Amino acid sequence: MGIRERLSGNEAAAIAMKQINPDVVAAFPITPSTEIPQYFSTFVSNGSVDTEFVAVESEHSAMSACVGAEAAGARAMTATSANGLSFMWEMIYIASSLRLPIVMSLVNRAVSGPLNIHNDHSDAMGVRDAGWIMLFSENNQEAYDNLLMAHRIAEHKDVLLPLMVCQDGFITSHSIENIELLEDEKVKEFVGTYHPEHYLLNMKEPMAIGPLDVQSYLFEHKYQQAEAMRNAKKVILEVAKDFEKLTGRKYSFFEEYKMEDAEIAVVCMNSTAGTTKVVVDKLREQGVKAGMVKIRVFRPFPAEELAEALGSLKAVAVMDKADSLNAVGGALFEDVTSGMYVANKQVPAVNYVYGIGGRDTREADILKVYSDLQEIATTGTIDNPYRYVGLRK
Amino acid sequence: MKDLIEIRWHGRGGQGAKTASLLLADAAFNTGKYIQGFPEYGPERMGAPITAYNRISDHPIRIHSNIYEPDYVVVVDDTLLESVDVTAGLKEDGAIVINTTKGKEDLAKVLQNYHGNIYTIDARKVSMETLGKYFPNTPMLAAIVKVAGIMEEEDFLKDMQGSFEHKFAKKPEVIEGNMQALKLALEEIKKVN
Repeated sequence: MGIRERLSGNEAAAIAMKQINPDVVAAFPITPSTEIPQYFSTFVSNGSVDTEFVAVESEHSAMSACVGAEAAGARAMTATSANGLSFMWEMIYIASSLRLPIVMSLVNRAVSGPLNIHNDHSDAMGVRDAGWIMLFSENNQEAYDNLLMAHRIAEHKDVLLPLMVCQDGFITSHSIENIELLEDEKVKEFVGTYHPEHYLLNMKEPMAIGPLDVQSYLFEHKYQQAEAMRNAKKVILEVAKDFEKLTGRKYSFFEEYKMEDAEIAVVCMNSTAGTTKVVVDKLREQGVKAGMVKIRVFRPFPAEELAEALGSLKAVAVMDKADSLNAVGGALFEDVTSGMYVANKQVPAVNYVYGIGGRDTREADILKVYSDLQEIATTGTIDNPYRYVGLRK
Repeated sequence: MKDLIEIRWHGRGGQGAKTASLLLADAAFNTGKYIQGFPEYGPERMGAPITAYNRISDHPIRIHSNIYEPDYVVVVDDTLLESVDVTAGLKEDGAIVINTTKGKEDLAKVLQNYHGNIYTIDARKVSMETLGKYFPNTPMLAAIVKVAGIMEEEDFLKDMQGSFEHKFAKKPEVIEGNMQALKLALEEIKKVN
């Protein structure tokens, strides 16, 4: 069952792309995602894929090439990080509004400035309202698995939205860890062939893509995008179910770790979830009823489901690896708390901005958050919900 | 072997500490272990102090932070002893493995607050004798495998033969020298306290 391997997160992403064998890959190198197109280009050179690899001169062109390829009827992929994603900004919105199911591997890194090549989630948070499905990955295995599920979700006729798979730059992208790979033919069968319904190279159906959309239409088109994002929830779960049948690995909107009887919990994303699980286990040994929720699907945001999962806690902490600089709190915190408010779940909630610019997140940092939560659960009071952990005083 | 072994490598850019940590991860992986091998990336310059890490366990490894309380520390360049706090957090039932010609007294002066096991090896000598050039990482890899008891020597050498054949596919003439470096290092590593 599966192939036992050890790979870095970047290698895992590149291998997934090799097994998917898309029609087009267009990319421009940027740390820490550079290795993905680098490895992929060797697969192109040695003939293990028949992908058209476009070595563009910028990320704006990388996304433009993906838009062109996908509109033509091809399956297109790319990889980037931080300022590379910033440079794609204009085309990121074009891709989603043209309903092109492009798949991107985003290796999360701090957006400059000042210049920093290390991990945080400021790149992903900058495009959270751009109409892309966003999946987050705790480790190399999840980065791989999420990519294998990506096309089935993005290309579904009720969805047709681009999708990005995030993983933490360096922390997982450059760490060698165990992984279980699927055989090439199983991936090929699972991912399937792309059969777009409407595409530019269909001579029987001439059409224009992306023309002027004036007052009488844009609103409806945006509604359709929003509707597609709502539909994606159902499709994400269906694809996860099929993937579980194939691999035994279970995926949902989020992972609940020791939440059955939890009184306090941390909500986080990506690699921090692994470290948090270790801390939860240690707290459980001491009799503390601690749990964790790891967000996998950040867009569409599973607000109702999260409110249900967190609703009976005595206190909850939401960890944001990007500061929103809005004097209120991080993006994940706002999403989680507004979801709970709407669902009438009144749980004391506190936000921690952490790990900015690659600041290492230690067990001790997570432990501090749980110890704060124990205090909040006891006293019921929060003096300041917008906090920092790991910040030097 | 303990359920989880944590190793921290200290070297200088260009000495191959990162490569050694990845080779160690490979070797342990091949014995059926769960592994992590990762460097701490900073400004990358030849000669600048660098740190790399390994975790080796019988169970899946979930933690994703740097290592602050290692079981073992490997020092690839002894000039770091005076500028980097190499024993920070090092568990005293573990060990530090140093590439040096210094003796017990000299090391005691620079490792004042450390009372655990100290092992040394002259990796320069091993490397020059077997490879004719100074590549300290190969001998240091053998040294830590032996000190930490990560795997049987025979299994390790067999596995490394395969790794080198893959790694040096384009320059097979260096494989034999590297194998000799490993074997000599396994003999030369010694406990000094």
